[in-house]
Amino acid sequence: MTEVSVTKDALPAADDLVVLKNVNKHFGALHVLQDIDLTIARGEVVVVIGPSGSGKSTLCRAINRLESIESGSITIDGKPLPEEGKALARLRADVGMVFQSFNLFAHKTVLENVMLGQLKVRKADKKDAEEKARGLLDRVGVSAQADKYPAQLSGGQQQRVAIARALAMGPKVMLFDEPTSALDPEMINEVLEVMQQLARDGMTMVVVTHEMGFARSAANRVVFMADGRIVEEAVPDQFFSNPRSDRAKDFLSKILHH
Amino acid sequence: MFDFLEGYNVLGAFWMTVKLTALSAVGSLVWGTLLAAMRVSPVPLMRGFGTAYVNIVRNIPLTVIIIFTSLGLADIFGMTMGAPDDFDVQGFRLAVLGLVAYTAAFVCEAIRSGINTVPLGQAEAARAIGLSFSQILRLVILPQAFRTVIGPLANVLIALTKNTTVAAAIGVAEAALLMKEMIENEAQTLAIGAVFALGFVVLTMPTGLFLGWLSKRLAVKR
Repeated sequence: MTEVSVTKDALPAADDLVVLKNVNKHFGALHVLQDIDLTIARGEVVVVIGPSGSGKSTLCRAINRLESIESGSITIDGKPLPEEGKALARLRADVGMVFQSFNLFAHKTVLENVMLGQLKVRKADKKDAEEKARGLLDRVGVSAQADKYPAQLSGGQQQRVAIARALAMGPKVMLFDEPTSALDPEMINEVLEVMQQLARDGMTMVVVTHEMGFARSAANRVVFMADGRIVEEAVPDQFFSNPRSDRAKDFLSKILHH
Repeated sequence: MFDFLEGYNVLGAFWMTVKLTALSAVGSLVWGTLLAAMRVSPVPLMRGFGTAYVNIVRNIPLTVIIIFTSLGLADIFGMTMGAPDDFDVQGFRLAVLGLVAYTAAFVCEAIRSGINTVPLGQAEAARAIGLSFSQILRLVILPQAFRTVIGPLANVLIALTKNTTVAAAIGVAEAALLMKEMIENEAQTLAIGAVFALGFVVLTMPTGLFLGWLSKRLAVKR
């Protein structure tokens, strides 16, 4: 995949944060990931788009092993993804994940949601954890809701809390699995704005999304997937104005002309 | 008209029932939770043990289990439960052991059904922030599971309260044993039966009402 070089100029290879090599996975007869090679540099924002069933969510979930893979390798910051147990848990703590359905812990308040990982995984002091949590909630604009339960918040607020929860672990990379797909239209922007700010702050991000506006404005690189393969990789301008593959042309013609 | 009660320690007998119930409830809650944890664990050996335990124990009549604790564990295998000379204490402890072993199977299944109501996303989110399996269970899954199964657990607790009467089979001086003794000695059989029936209703009805209220109050909103 030589397109990598067009995204960020002169990044040394040592700064590759997430490297997928020849990754394969089946769901039954469906070959959902086929020979995936993908390298994400530190500080890079990669947006993964494609039709449903193309494997983009599976790719995202494979990076912190919520989905196992059958062959190939995934390394994060030079370390191969562990199979099981404590080593895997440690690695997951360094990889933030934001889900389509938010998945905030329903029995804990917003503040407790953001503190849990710091206290139980990072073994942080309670006072420090609360301070950090309140700071992050402020940063994503939901500090007024700190003592409420997730069910009392709107979808957009819940998703911003979920982002704060992931950030509280001090992750090296953030994975977003269709973060705005379950939101009412008027709440999409408040979440995208938080993500754009994160991108500007230099967070390494892998974003699976249908928000083409976000891809255009925040991505360093667009990865287009179809039928379990990476069909095309390019900088956003080039991809949206001049896609090379027929599959991408077809996809874009369906989503951009109305 | 209640003079047939004279000379019998009915309250004392019911106090024994309460003690049997309380200790067995705590014990079976702990053991049942551990069994449920085994049944959802990623280790096949633990899953197998949990499944086998539940399916064997819940299908054996409680009377058989209680009598086995006395005739089997105590008499044949010499398990004196720390009280080799005091047969009242020994019988009480054996009865609690039997009740815990039996009731835990039902507690386990109630909790496991609660675990199944917790959306998969909760566990995935917990894994994604780096919590270990036991942390996920303790901090995220079980607290939510317990709240959804307070109602079913109330049923188990009520059944347990009434099941303590089986301890009479190994001579534990609880309500049912006293009832049997009184029916043998007194003429007012129906009245005696009514007194003991009422005694159990008085014990179990508030439990059921309280736990019903608690389950509404603690329900997890999604």
